Parts: sequence; structure tokens; C-alpha cells
Amino acid sequence: MLDARVLDGRSMVRRRVGVRLWLSALWLGVLCLGALLAPWIAPHDPLAQDLFLGRMPPIWVAGAEPGYWLGTDSLGRDVLSRLLHGARVALLVALAAGSITCLIGATLGLLAGFLRGWVDLVISRLIDIWMAFPPILFSILLIAVLGPSLTSIIIAIVVIDWTRFARVVRAEAMAQGAMDYVASARVAGRGRVGTMLREILPNVLPTIVVLLTLEMGIAVIVEAILSFVNLSISTDDPTWGGMISEGRTSIHQAWWVLVFPLIALFLTVLAFSQLGEGLKDRFDPVLR
Amino acid sequence: MSFLSIRNLSVRLKNGPPLLRRVSLDVAAGEVRGLVGESGAGKSMIGKAVLGILPPSVQITEGEIFLDGTDLLRLPPKESRRRIGASCALIPQDPLTALNPSHRIGPQITDRLVDILGWTRANADARARDLLAEVQIADPDRVLRSYPHELSGGMRQRILIASAFAAEPKLIVADEPTTALDVTVQKQILRLIAGMQARHGTALLFVTHDLGVVSKVCQRLSVLYSGLVVEDSTVPEFFASPSHAYSAALLAATPKYTDPDAGLHPVPEAVVNAVRAEVAAFDRGPAHG
Ligand SMILES: Nc1ncnc2c1ncn2[C@@H]1O[C@H](COP(=O)(O)OP(=O)(O)O)[C@@H](O)[C@H]1O
Ligand SMILES: [Mg+2]
Repeated sequence: MLDARVLDGRSMVRRRVGVRLWLSALWLGVLCLGALLAPWIAPHDPLAQDLFLGRMPPIWVAGAEPGYWLGTDSLGRDVLSRLLHGARVALLVALAAGSITCLIGATLGLLAGFLRGWVDLVISRLIDIWMAFPPILFSILLIAVLGPSLTSIIIAIVVIDWTRFARVVRAEAMAQGAMDYVASARVAGRGRVGTMLREILPNVLPTIVVLLTLEMGIAVIVEAILSFVNLSISTDDPTWGGMISEGRTSIHQAWWVLVFPLIALFLTVLAFSQLGEGLKDRFDPVLR
Repeated sequence: MSFLSIRNLSVRLKNGPPLLRRVSLDVAAGEVRGLVGESGAGKSMIGKAVLGILPPSVQITEGEIFLDGTDLLRLPPKESRRRIGASCALIPQDPLTALNPSHRIGPQITDRLVDILGWTRANADARARDLLAEVQIADPDRVLRSYPHELSGGMRQRILIASAFAAEPKLIVADEPTTALDVTVQKQILRLIAGMQARHGTALLFVTHDLGVVSKVCQRLSVLYSGLVVEDSTVPEFFASPSHAYSAALLAATPKYTDPDAGLHPVPEAVVNAVRAEVAAFDRGPAHG
């Protein structure tokens, strides 16, 4: 006899994630607000250059220029304003790429894992073939073809990462599909789609939520990397990756140009993953 | 004709070995038939075939499954699903995986009545409460609001029994319903199933590997070895004089409640070899070709 708790492993996990969940939600909330309101609350035009104000340090360091809270870069652009505008791009990519990837990958994974048979055969083969491509090369190639833009970044992320969702959700749906409660539902006369949505999906949802938030974190990083190598949107528009790339060249003269976007990136990715873990436990009746 | 009549049912692994070998068995309305055999003999496979939940990796190669006179295997899938849902239910083996961890108990019992059989919500709720009382659950309202993980194994099995009887099925397949439970709980659950079956007059296909259980609950039994039915008798006949050497050995191997100190006699090797030879002969024989 197999123990349900072993099969699904959830009741072994008991964590107090309250604090981390709330801190993550707080950071992401502040970030979202900042991004939404950037045009109104950013103290300066993120693109305005002022060569007389180049490489001003943050406000608490000697020699700072009042009004430039986090200092300026080598062209005299305000770091805080650029961070806020960069957050718009980061969050937009996270949201769009994350949810589209999730929708496509989770749907295919659910179908393959629950319906089995030829559906599974086709989807599994597709995943295997897909995963044979090296992802970074694949994305650079894709963007080279599509041309650098926000849309092509999102497409690149979806195209590369849907397999992550599909694989995990497929395995989970398969495990749930073998449970007796699914057999009972079928005997009672619930159709395939009904069984999938009502019986399987709620039990796979916690996993999907974790994957979704992780994916949002990954999307932020990927966007940053692509901006870093100048494959993102036009170089004028501020992005965290672009800022990191520019900051790298003047790390010794103006560390703040590099460090602040790095911190923002780090906190955001961390917050997404912690949010996922926390939400999973909230979603899951066994852990609740 | 019996309510359930399985005729010459053969099932095999796709491109693999046979799992059921021309199985025939009947369950009359209101009757309890025990289905006995060692683990892997194909007992669950028979139950799954009847309920239309065979795994996709196996296929039915011949035979009929008559439910109330109609061959399920000749019906369009939708129609056979509908008939099975309307007149059959399952009491599964493992109460831990047989309830959906994401839903409360109440909806798990009532949603099927409402969504599939068209009951009103109020009727279904009242029915669920009555059933939980009938399976001797002390606090039905609290239990209906609980999630499965908040309840003990015995409690969950009671719920599954209640749920199986919810739509007054004509036939219930109970697949080793007490195997996963503590010995102390097993007897209560067994008595509960027997009582419910008698009160509701439900036909029962009772899968077990425990002949002691068969003697208490069943009127007839089939003994299965490697997908081959080697014995089909009434319970008194069987316990007086089993008709097949293998089932006689199985009976001898069962500890007697009247005399628990009497040593266990494992099925002798000669008997196992004989029944294996019988299976092999069947696979070669003209009856199969
Ligand atoms: N999903 C499956 N796929 C392939 N073979 C299976 C599957 N389930 C059971 N079997 C095989 O079918 C045979 C009968 O299994 P089962 O009916 O579960 O036995 P029992 O219930 O009598 O213990 C066994 O040999 C088992 O290995
Ligand atoms: Mg079994």
C-alpha cells in the first residue's frame, strides 16, 4: 500500500513562511506601484543627460547633488528615475512572459499527464526535441530573427521555458491521475475534461503557482541579460540590465550605477521565488 | 440473467502477456460475490473492466460485460459511462488516495449527485448527512466541512462507503476495502459494509485475498489464479469441498479463526506448478485460438 502522503509529499513540508511571504509581497507591491507611477513620481526625466552632473554619488555620500537620491551615471542621468522606469520593463516582461509561458506549458502538461496515450506521446516528443536546443543560443537566435523589442523578448522566454511547466505539470498530473479519487470520479460519470479540471487541476495548482512565480523571476533575469548584451529594447529606454551593463564600465568611479540595479534585480527575483513558496502553502489544503 | 454477467473476458497488456483469461462470473441482484486470489492475479483488473476504468496500457481482446442485460463493451463510450455511473459505484482500496485532498468532504459526496445525476443541492446535502449518520459518523456536519487530511483512515473509509451508496447503486465493486486499515478498524468496516449491503439490497463484487472475510460476507466466490478463474462456487460448497486443488490449498493456507494456533500451510509447490501448467495449457489451447 502506498501512503498518499508519500505519493504527494506535501504533508511532509511544514514551514512558517508568513514573514517571508509578506516581505516578498511588500517589495513586489512597492515595485509595482513605483513602476506604475514612474512617470509621475520619478524625480527626473530618466533620459535627460547633464554632463555637468555626471557620476554624482548617492545622497548620503559626500559630494552628492541634492535631488539625485541614488546619484547619477556617467551621462548625468538620474539613477533612481532610471530604476523606476526600468521596473516598468522588468515587471511587464515578468507578467506577460510568466503568464503566457504558464498558460501554454501548464495546459500542455496537464493534457499530456492526464489524457496519456497519443496526446502524451506527441507532447512528450515535442518537449524532448525542444529541450535539445541550447536555450541561450536559441533565444539570441530568436531575437536576432525577430529584431530586438519587448515583444520578441517575451516571445523568446515563452518559446524557451514552456517546457519547464509542461514537464513538471505533466509528471504531477500523472501522479494525481493514478489516485483512486480520480477513478471514483470517472466511475461516477464525470467526463475527461470535467475530471481534469475539477479533480486534477486543484491538486496541481500549488505547483503551477510556484512555477509561475519562479518563471516571473527568471523572466526578469532573462530580460536583464538580454539588455546587458544589448539585445533588448532600444538602448535609450532604461532597463536594469542596460544599467548594469553601463555601470560595469565605471565600477571604480561610480559603483552606485552598477549596485542599485543589481540590488533591485536580486530582490525582485528573490521576492518572486519566496512569494511562490508562500502562496503554495496557502493554496494547499494539506498544508493550510 | 444476473445483474452483472461477465462472459469470457480476456484482457491483455498491449503487445504483452494476457492479464485476464476468458473470465466469466455473475453477480445476481442483491448478491455478494467474493473475488479471491493472490496479489497480481487480476482481481482489480476485473473490477476496473466492469467500471470502465481500465488503464490505457491494457486492452480487452474478447468477451462481454453484461450490466442489467446490456453488453457495456458494445455501447458507445458515453452511453456505457452513463449506465455505469447510474448503477455502479466503487469502494476503493486505499482511503488515503480515494478522497480528493483539495475538496471538502461534503462536495465530494454531493457534487456528483447534483452535477451528474441532476439532484437538487438541498436533496443532495440532506442525503449526505443521512448517509454519514448511517455509517455511524458522530458529527456529520463537522465532517462534511472537513478536508480529507483532517480525518483518520477509518473515518475516510466510512465516508467512501457512504459515498458509494449515495446514489443507491445496484452494484458496488469493493476492491480490498479493508486491506489498508488497522486490524481493529477492519472488523468494524467489514460489518458496516455487510450491514449496508443487506439493508440496501445492493449487489457487491467483493475483492479480497482473505477467505476469512469471504466466509463472513459473501454468498458466492470466484478464485482467480493468473487471470484464470479456477473456482466458481457458493460459499458453503466451497468451504465444505473446494472443487479445484489450488483453491483447496488456498483454503488450507488461511488461518482459522476457530483455531488460530493451527500452523499455516503455504500453497504446496506441486499445486502451484499444476495451476501454472493449467494457465500455460490455456494459453496454448484451442479454446484461446
Ligand atoms: N496499469 C497497469 N499497467 C500494466 N499492467 C498492470 C497495470 N495494473 C496492473 N497490471 C498488471 O495486471 C496484473 C493484475 O493486476 P491486478 O488486477 O491489480 O491484481 P490484483 O488486484 O489481483 O492484485 C498484474 O500482473 C499487474 O502487474
Ligand atoms: Mg488489487
